[in-house]
Amino acid sequence: MVSMARLSTFGRWLSCGLLLASTGITSLCANGFPPQAGSSEELLTLPGEIGKQGGRLVVSLRAEPKTLNPLTAADAPSREVILGAMQADLIHINRATQLTESALAKSWKVSADGLQYTLTLRKGLRFSDGHPVDADDVLFTFRVYLDENVHATQRDQLIVGGKPITLRRVDAQTVVFQLAKTYGAGERLFDGLAILPRHLLEKPYTEGRLSQAWTLATPPSEWAGLGPFRLKEYVAGQKLTLERNPYYWKQDAKGDRLPYLNELVFLFVPNADAQVLRFQSGETDLISRLGAESFSVLSRQQNGYTMSDAGPGLEYNFLFFNLGELGEKAPPDLARKMKWFREVKFRRAISAAIDRDAIVRLVYQGRGAALWGPVAPGNRRWGNSAIPHPARSLEKARALLKEAGFSWTAEPSGEPALVDSDGKPVEFSILTSSTNADRTKMATLIQDDLRQLGMRVQIVPMEFRSLIDRVTQTREYEACVLGLVSFDADPTPEMNVWLSSGGTHLWNPSQSRPATAWEAEIDRQMEQQLAAPSFEQRKKSFDRVQEILAENEPMIFLASPDILAGAKNSIGNFHPAVLEPYVLWNAEQLYFRNATGNASK
Amino acid sequence: MTWVSGWKPWFLALALLHGIIGCAGFFAPYDPTEQDRDRPYLPPMKIHLVDAAGHFHLRPFFYSMQLREGSFELFEERAERAIPLRFFVRGAPYRLFGILPSHLHLFGAEASRICLVGSDAYGRDQLSRILYGGQISLLAGLMGMGLTLFLGVLIGAIAGFYGGWRDGLLMRVVELFVALPWLYLLFAFRAFLPLTVSPVQAFFLIILVIGAVGWARPARLIRGVVLSAKERDFVRAARGFGATDGYLLRRHILPETSSVILTQAAILVPQFVLAEMTLSFLGLGVPEPVPSWGSLLTSLQQYSVLVSYWWMYLPALAIVPFFLGYLGLASALQEDAGTGKIEKTMGEGRW
Repeated sequence: MVSMARLSTFGRWLSCGLLLASTGITSLCANGFPPQAGSSEELLTLPGEIGKQGGRLVVSLRAEPKTLNPLTAADAPSREVILGAMQADLIHINRATQLTESALAKSWKVSADGLQYTLTLRKGLRFSDGHPVDADDVLFTFRVYLDENVHATQRDQLIVGGKPITLRRVDAQTVVFQLAKTYGAGERLFDGLAILPRHLLEKPYTEGRLSQAWTLATPPSEWAGLGPFRLKEYVAGQKLTLERNPYYWKQDAKGDRLPYLNELVFLFVPNADAQVLRFQSGETDLISRLGAESFSVLSRQQNGYTMSDAGPGLEYNFLFFNLGELGEKAPPDLARKMKWFREVKFRRAISAAIDRDAIVRLVYQGRGAALWGPVAPGNRRWGNSAIPHPARSLEKARALLKEAGFSWTAEPSGEPALVDSDGKPVEFSILTSSTNADRTKMATLIQDDLRQLGMRVQIVPMEFRSLIDRVTQTREYEACVLGLVSFDADPTPEMNVWLSSGGTHLWNPSQSRPATAWEAEIDRQMEQQLAAPSFEQRKKSFDRVQEILAENEPMIFLASPDILAGAKNSIGNFHPAVLEPYVLWNAEQLYFRNATGNASK
Repeated sequence: MTWVSGWKPWFLALALLHGIIGCAGFFAPYDPTEQDRDRPYLPPMKIHLVDAAGHFHLRPFFYSMQLREGSFELFEERAERAIPLRFFVRGAPYRLFGILPSHLHLFGAEASRICLVGSDAYGRDQLSRILYGGQISLLAGLMGMGLTLFLGVLIGAIAGFYGGWRDGLLMRVVELFVALPWLYLLFAFRAFLPLTVSPVQAFFLIILVIGAVGWARPARLIRGVVLSAKERDFVRAARGFGATDGYLLRRHILPETSSVILTQAAILVPQFVLAEMTLSFLGLGVPEPVPSWGSLLTSLQQYSVLVSYWWMYLPALAIVPFFLGYLGLASALQEDAGTGKIEKTMGEGRW
């Protein structure tokens, strides 16, 4: 099972905001006859404020999506557009409650042994081009996902217990999924797996050119999805316009078919500051993925818009040391330093010396939470409350270093310098991503914290890709500050981070065999949580993982930023969530309160 | 010869400015790397003579600043207690000109930190950082200038004096260097260097980079002067009397280039200060926490800082007097050189 945990590739400042503008004069739908909810249709009724039809919402996207094909979408903007607005999954994780709920599958049943999932589709489902959906589309979709020749990004996720999931059609509405091994968060697997239209994609599939299908240049008539919006127009380098899907399968409490908005426009604005300016000028209607400083700038001059702080999200930032086994090719200098890093007391001393409150205050302007474990406070169910939150203590750090054989020498400059048992001064460098101002700031604070212990730390800002390459491939680095964001609050997608064999097991990735006893124990507990049938048992295993992490500190957890967003006052049902996509997760319910919408464009 | 012309005031002004930067330790109230984590982005503090109750104080004083309750960016003065400003106080240790250890600072206060021009994202005193940052930037400019002129004179003199294929070869190399987009070259150059460099190493690397890129133009200028000087009558006469190449260069030709060298020096220093600032601004200069004028400006790359904290612009203002001084000096020297030459040639009675 490959992790969906994603290195948060770009700095928050480079991240995406979603913005919307609208005109009230957009045509209703191209096909002319919006279908009425008939008795043959089982629409999903959403609670929440009743909105008004119409309007055009403009959001900015941090980069142009590379594709509209869910099979090849690996970049965040493509995923955001495809999963957030254009496609739908069988079972969905509600971004607000963090629980699974029925989507295209009206209901699902799990067999007693936890290996069989029987999903029943809603009746009357139609793709956005009006073509009906049945079990064959589901079978086709999973055949494509699992086909090795297609190289779908979803394939790894569907290999459970070393074997691909198998499917069986029961009738036109019912499909049975068979797993080879129990999988803790089974139904969560289905989140984000778009159901594809067989009538459009089967031909390219048999011709073997499926991965080239559905580029951005695809004419809207050759594209269909089950999401709230469908493709309308793509202008290279500028924007992607989506229009209302008239066959969408959700309705509001009054029985009106969703979505409310006529159009959803993604503007490609690659620079976070430019996104702030566009939001400020009213060109876009929503903004998210804001840094704390931009948030305060926007909050200071609220002018027709409201800013909201959704609380700490799932992003966790941490400092880690290179604990890898470099063997003989390691430069002698690095090998010498890695001896310190492997000493758990050294890592604990560093953890004790770091002023996490200052990080929250100075980096996030108080809009964040200090962390002592990987589960950010935004994750409601999985945190282990027994993990201690020791306050910063330089005395404790000094005592730990002394125990580990370090000592201090008086420097001529006046400040005592820390030396190891061989008398070598303790100096190392911390890599940070040069595009992420927040993490560079954290590193600067840590540098000063550790100076007080007599350590000389240098900060090396690097381009993100070369940084990841150094950490996971060449492994020639000493320490690094990074952050991870999980797509889901469940620990299973993060297997790749915690398993010693995982590629994102950052401090020592892709080990053939666990290097330490505690890593072996983490491996065992993670496998257990995967196989355990009940939440309580899974939680117990993951609690234990958190304890081991807190004891051994392979990652020194620092802080988690709040999810900050803003929207024009005229937008209704705006409820930013701490899960991605932070503001567009309920795109189908967003609406403009004033009849004309914001005719800013 | 009249040497009362305009370069002296410029030179004195520059000497004074450099003196202040050179004694940054004395003029700066604090260590530039000392953080005050309770006061990030503190606005410049006000110096008062009249207190909240309306009483006049002879000794200037200020009020300590505190974050407003519940805010992380709004500061307010705490008017309960006036903190007097003190002069010639003992404070953070430093070394004057990098040699003399001292504790003495021009001003300071006892109960609270005084940040006359505010503080940065980590609560570090901006005034101290500007003064210390100047040391790095100006020293980089001056040393870069020295290295460049050394290379320029060496190569220019060889090319101009010996001529022939040496001249041809060297001047083609010069043209190559002049034609290169040097900012990109600086980037490429820096990218080849090791990742982790200590501030001192980074500093000398910058000077090396500046020197390697900047020598071409002065070399060409000096070659031109040497070329014309070596054909002058007094040089030919000396050669006729059996003077060696070394003697001719030393005694007759290089002195002719002095005015060009001086003018070039005055032009190159601000240019190289700017080069250092560019490198640091782009994150390729001296690493944190050591300040330089360029790295002090890096925070302005963020829109939020740009619109919220005006005192973060001040390092950009700090360079203005230096640039004016150097450019004034350069133009005064150029004028001097021009008139000097005419007088000299007239004095020799050639006309």
